[in-house]
Amino acid sequence: MAQIKVNLFANLRRFNPGGPEAGEFPLEVEEGSTLSDLFRELGVPKEEVKIVFVNNLRRQKDYVLQEGDRVGIFPPVAGG
Amino acid sequence: MKKWLRVDMSALEVRQEQPAEKYAGKGGRWLTSQFINEEVDPGCHPLGENNKLIFAPGFVTGTSAPSSGRISAGGKSPLTGGIKESNAGTPFAQSLARLGYQALILEGLPADKEQRYVLRVNSEGGELISAPELKGLGMYDTITRLREQYGDVDICGTGPAGEMKMAMAGICYNDPEYRASRYSGRGGLGATMGSKGVKAIVIERDGPGVEMADSDLFKIGQRKLAEALRNHDVTKPGGALNSFGTAVLINILNQAGGLPFRNFRSGVFDEAEAIAGETIADEVKKRGGEGMMGHSCSPGCVIRCSNVWPRKDGTEHVSCIEYESDWSLGANLDIDDLDAIAEMIYICNDLGLDTIEAGVTLGVAMEGGLAEFGDSEKAIDLLREVGRGTPLGRIIGNGAGLTGKALGVTRVPVVKNQGMPAYEPRSVKGIGVTYITSTMGADHTAGYTIAPEILSVGGESDPLDPQGKVELSRDFQATTAFVDSSGYCLFITFALLDSESGFEGMLETVNGVLGTSYTGDDVLDIGKKILKMERKFNEAAGLTRADDRIPEFMRREKLPPHDRVFEITDDELDQLWDF
Repeated sequence: MAQIKVNLFANLRRFNPGGPEAGEFPLEVEEGSTLSDLFRELGVPKEEVKIVFVNNLRRQKDYVLQEGDRVGIFPPVAGG
Repeated sequence: MKKWLRVDMSALEVRQEQPAEKYAGKGGRWLTSQFINEEVDPGCHPLGENNKLIFAPGFVTGTSAPSSGRISAGGKSPLTGGIKESNAGTPFAQSLARLGYQALILEGLPADKEQRYVLRVNSEGGELISAPELKGLGMYDTITRLREQYGDVDICGTGPAGEMKMAMAGICYNDPEYRASRYSGRGGLGATMGSKGVKAIVIERDGPGVEMADSDLFKIGQRKLAEALRNHDVTKPGGALNSFGTAVLINILNQAGGLPFRNFRSGVFDEAEAIAGETIADEVKKRGGEGMMGHSCSPGCVIRCSNVWPRKDGTEHVSCIEYESDWSLGANLDIDDLDAIAEMIYICNDLGLDTIEAGVTLGVAMEGGLAEFGDSEKAIDLLREVGRGTPLGRIIGNGAGLTGKALGVTRVPVVKNQGMPAYEPRSVKGIGVTYITSTMGADHTAGYTIAPEILSVGGESDPLDPQGKVELSRDFQATTAFVDSSGYCLFITFALLDSESGFEGMLETVNGVLGTSYTGDDVLDIGKKILKMERKFNEAAGLTRADDRIPEFMRREKLPPHDRVFEITDDELDQLWDF
C-alpha cells in the first residue's frame, strides 16, 4: 500500500469524502495504482477531470502513484 | 458614420470630427495604438502637454454580442515610458459606442493646474464643466456625486492618485450598479488623465446604437459564439469562472508551483486555499446578504466572472476580488485574510490604483523593510499613505520600480518598470516570454500562454519546458492584439481555442459590424501589424532590446518548488520579433 495525500478543487470538491470544504485528505492506495484508479476509487467521473498535479508536476492519467505523493485534481478552470 | 470627440485641454475646447479614412474599421487597441503612432511624439513626457489619452471601444462593443463591453485606453505610459493599451469591461464602453463614437481623445494641458473638469458627452458632442468640488475626491464619492448631478450616465474618472500624477494610477469606470470598480488599471494612464485636469467623463446612456454592415451575418455569428460560451466548461453558466470567479486559479497555480509568494521568493503559498476562489464562493454563500458570485462587469456578459464580497455581517465590502488582486495583495504579501485583501482592493478602487502594481509594490516595500510579510494592517496603512500624498506615499504610488530604488531592494519583479502579474516566469516559461517581450511591460493578458501551459486549453504545453515558448508567446500576443481590438473580453478565447464554430462566430460578428471578410489568417496578420506598430513607437521612445530583459534575480535565484531559474536566453527572446 502507498500513503498519499489528495485534494480536489472547484466543482470536483463534491467528491471529497470529508465534504466540499474539507480540503486535502490522506488516502491509502494499492501499490501500482494509477491516477485513473484513484479517480475510480473516489467516484470522480474521468471525463470531469481536466488537469492533475502530483508534487507540483502535471501528470497524465496513467501515472503510477508513489508513497508520499500529493495529488491535486482539477476540472476545467480558467481565469486571468 | 463614426465620429471622434477631441478635447483640447490647452484651449478648453471640445469638438466632434470625422476620422481620417485610414482609421476606418479600426477599434480598441488597433485604433489606440495606431493613433498614438500617428499623433503622439514618442519623446514626449507622459504627463506633459504632448501626450494624448485616447479611449476606443472595440469593433463590436455596444452591440448585443456576448461579453463585448470592453474599452481600450491608450497613451504613452507614465510607468513604462512606452506605448500603453489598458483594457477594461464596463457599461461606459457600451454607451460610448452606442453614441456613435469611435474614439474620445484628451490632449493638451490646462493652464491652471489646480482646476478640475468634468467632460460631459452626448451624441451632439461634449462640454467641459469646471468641477472644483471634485478635487482630491475618492472614486466612490466621485461617482455618487456625478450620478446625483447628471442622473443616468456612465462614468469614468481618475482618483486622487491620478490627480497626484502617480505612475500606479489607473482609470476607473463604473460597473452596472455604479460601483467604482472597473479599471484600465495598468500603466499609469490615470496619471495622464490627472495631468490633463480631467477628473471625470460622464456619458449619456441610450445612444442610437452601433451601425452594422450586415446584421444578418452578425446574428449568425452571435448565436454561434453565445453557444460556444454556454457550452465550454470554463465559460458556461455554473462553470468555473461563473461559480468561483477568476480566483479559481489560485489553487491550480499553487499546485503548479507558479503562484508567486513573498515577492517572488517561492512559487508555493501554503495558505493558498484560504484565499482561493472556492473559499470566496463558500464565504459569500455563508455570509449571505449583499455578496454574490456570478456578477457581470457589463450588461450582456455570458461569463460573469466578477463578484461582490460581503463583510462578515453581510453588508457589501467591495467588488471584486479577482485573481490578480487576490494574489498581489494576498499570496504575494503572505496575507491569507480575504477581509484584509478586500479592504486593500477597496482602497485601490477609491484612490484609483492598479491593484497589480499596488500589490507588487507592497511586496517590494516589505522586502525593503517597511513592513513584515504577512502584516496586513501595515500593508493597509501603506496603501492609505498613498492617498495622503506624503513623500512615502508618493514613492509607493509610483510603483515597484521606484519603490525598489528608494529602498535599495534588488529583488524587484518588473519588466519595463511594470510589476509582474500572478504567474512566476521561472515556473511557467511562456508567460515569462510574454512579460519580457510585450510592448506593454510585464503583462499577462498580452499573451496568455497560461491557457496551454497550465489550463490545458488550446492544447497542452509543459510549463517548465523552455522549448517553443517564444513561438507560443508570439502567436498568443498577435491573436490577443486582435481580440483587444474587437471589443470582446479576452476570456472568450478560452471557448474559442476549443471551438471552431465559436471562433467562426466571433469573426462573423466582427465582419457583420465592419463589412469586412476577415478570416483566421487575418486575425494573426492584423495582430502582428498592431504589435509592430507598438514596437515602432517604443523604439522611437528610446526602449531597446535591453528593455526586453528579465530581472537579474530570476536568472540567478532558483525558485522553489522546482528550483529552476529562467533559462530562455536573451538571443532567443529577441527572436520573438523576427516576423
